[in-house]
Amino acid sequence: MKYRHLIFANLFRKKIRTTLTLGSFLVALFLFGLLAAVRGAFNQGVEVAGVNRLDVINKVSIIQPLPISYKEKLERIPGITLVTHENWFGGVYQDERNFFPQFAIQDETFRQMYPEFILSDDQWKAFAEDREGAIVGENTAERFHWKVGDRIPIKGTIFPGTWEFNICGIYKGSRPQDDTTQFWFHYKYLEERESAYWKGLIGWYIVRIDSPDNGARIAGAIDETFANSPWETKTETEQALAAGFAKQAGNIEFLLVSVGSVVFFTLLLVTGNTMAIAVRERMRELAVLKAVGFSDSFVLALVLGESLLLAAIGGGFGLLLCKLATPVLSKASGGLLPYLYLAPLTVASGLLVALMVGTAAGILPAWSAMRLRVVDALRRV
Amino acid sequence: MVRVDGRGNGLVHVRGLDKKYQRGSEEIHVLQGLNLDVDASDFVAFMGPSGSGKTTLLNLLGGIDLPSAGSITVGGDEITHMSASKLTAWRARHVGFIFQMYNLIPVLTAFQNVELPLLLTKLSKAERRRHVETALGIVGLADRMDHYPRQLSGGQEQRVGIARAIVADPTFLLCDEPTGDLDRKSADEVMDLLSRLVREHHKTVLLVTHDPVAAERAQTVLHLDKGVLVEGRTVEVR
Repeated sequence: MKYRHLIFANLFRKKIRTTLTLGSFLVALFLFGLLAAVRGAFNQGVEVAGVNRLDVINKVSIIQPLPISYKEKLERIPGITLVTHENWFGGVYQDERNFFPQFAIQDETFRQMYPEFILSDDQWKAFAEDREGAIVGENTAERFHWKVGDRIPIKGTIFPGTWEFNICGIYKGSRPQDDTTQFWFHYKYLEERESAYWKGLIGWYIVRIDSPDNGARIAGAIDETFANSPWETKTETEQALAAGFAKQAGNIEFLLVSVGSVVFFTLLLVTGNTMAIAVRERMRELAVLKAVGFSDSFVLALVLGESLLLAAIGGGFGLLLCKLATPVLSKASGGLLPYLYLAPLTVASGLLVALMVGTAAGILPAWSAMRLRVVDALRRV
Repeated sequence: MVRVDGRGNGLVHVRGLDKKYQRGSEEIHVLQGLNLDVDASDFVAFMGPSGSGKTTLLNLLGGIDLPSAGSITVGGDEITHMSASKLTAWRARHVGFIFQMYNLIPVLTAFQNVELPLLLTKLSKAERRRHVETALGIVGLADRMDHYPRQLSGGQEQRVGIARAIVADPTFLLCDEPTGDLDRKSADEVMDLLSRLVREHHKTVLLVTHDPVAAERAQTVLHLDKGVLVEGRTVEVR
């Protein structure tokens, strides 16, 4: 790359201007990365949802329970290979700001249903043997400095009183985007303590099906089975249910596109202006290059190369900064956005967008440099 | 041997060269039916009042402007009908430009400025380095190769410009007022250098100048007046 020094030397001839333009790219791509990460955090449930799992909820609302007796009926429906259930607990640890999701689970089927959550057999065994046992995700454990053996008091909001749990295990996710903020305890513990109100009831069912292709048919069969009963069901894929939750937070997609568009359009104007000035200032030099034998296409590539390099450096640093900042911001969100995560695809998309802006900003100045007549440019003083 | 009567057959061979500009409704006839023959290793100076067409002639000979009529042949290549891309490649191989304002690239060192024409060749990095060191050695600036133009005097900048012009060993050098921006001492040094390039390195030099002292160094001085070449005097190059 014998022309590298030519591109770099030209790019950094006006250091302040270049630094400010790089800063514009940095801020824009940081924002792009952050918005994409926020969108990802809101849609995290959708992204990690199992394609072969269906959620069966009460037709009225997810906060309405279903009878535990449905489990056996569900297991008999063709295509269903596993059934488990969960309960939302909604407890508070120390302070209401310390949010994390707690579920009462049916331990063995739950473990089979979610193989993506990793926990040692010993810890599962300890959990199974302890009526007040609990398993917590590593994210939440780290957040509150919990370790195995700790006894944790949680104040119930739906189920009154203070509930004490023994931490028997800390699970990890098998993928970076897996949710490790959850807190699981025995359904039996909940049922025993809340027998007057909650006896024979669960929150919702999760069923595993033999093939994602059969999802619609099986969902229909489930809802038909329980139609016209006091507890009618609504069955949808885990992905659809998670998407429904994400939508409740607002149209993040629209926010991302609208804010991103404004930022990148402004960036395009800033960079385009910078490149136009940079080319206008060096008309004579470009003319000299042409006079000594550099072709029109070389001059076009030189100017475009500068613009692209500016975009790549500024954008790259912006995304790098975003990558470093997301874990910090995630912690600072107090559990609201536990998975503020800059995915590799977002990084690639960000760089692509930056290069597209670099191309769009550089193409007109590069074109005018290419069309430059040597004689005219040399005549200018 | 330089001829303007259209009967020679030199390295540079110009016949019936016309150049017109349109300025609004007015047509300006800069060069009119100009004939010129310049042999290899000639040192020719073109003089004349402002607007007489000296720089236009130089631009046409260097292939950075196109004539309205006539032909220019250099070393057997007729450049007036070449495509833009062929002309660019031809310039890289055959022409060394020396400008009044030096036109060095300020963000490149003397070495990098001189190396520019060689980037268009297939020479290796080591070969390019050797050529650049030789060229800077000829102009007496071997010890300034890492200096930026702003760190050099005007005379030194022009010598870097000359090194850039000769580094690819072109067929001829076109010098447009190379001493126009220099004090007398620096101008003399530059003219000494150009004379030496003709005498010792057998370069062909075509020089446009207003400076009679500079023109005196040329073997042949031609005067341009209202777009017509008038033969001047021919002397032995000093």
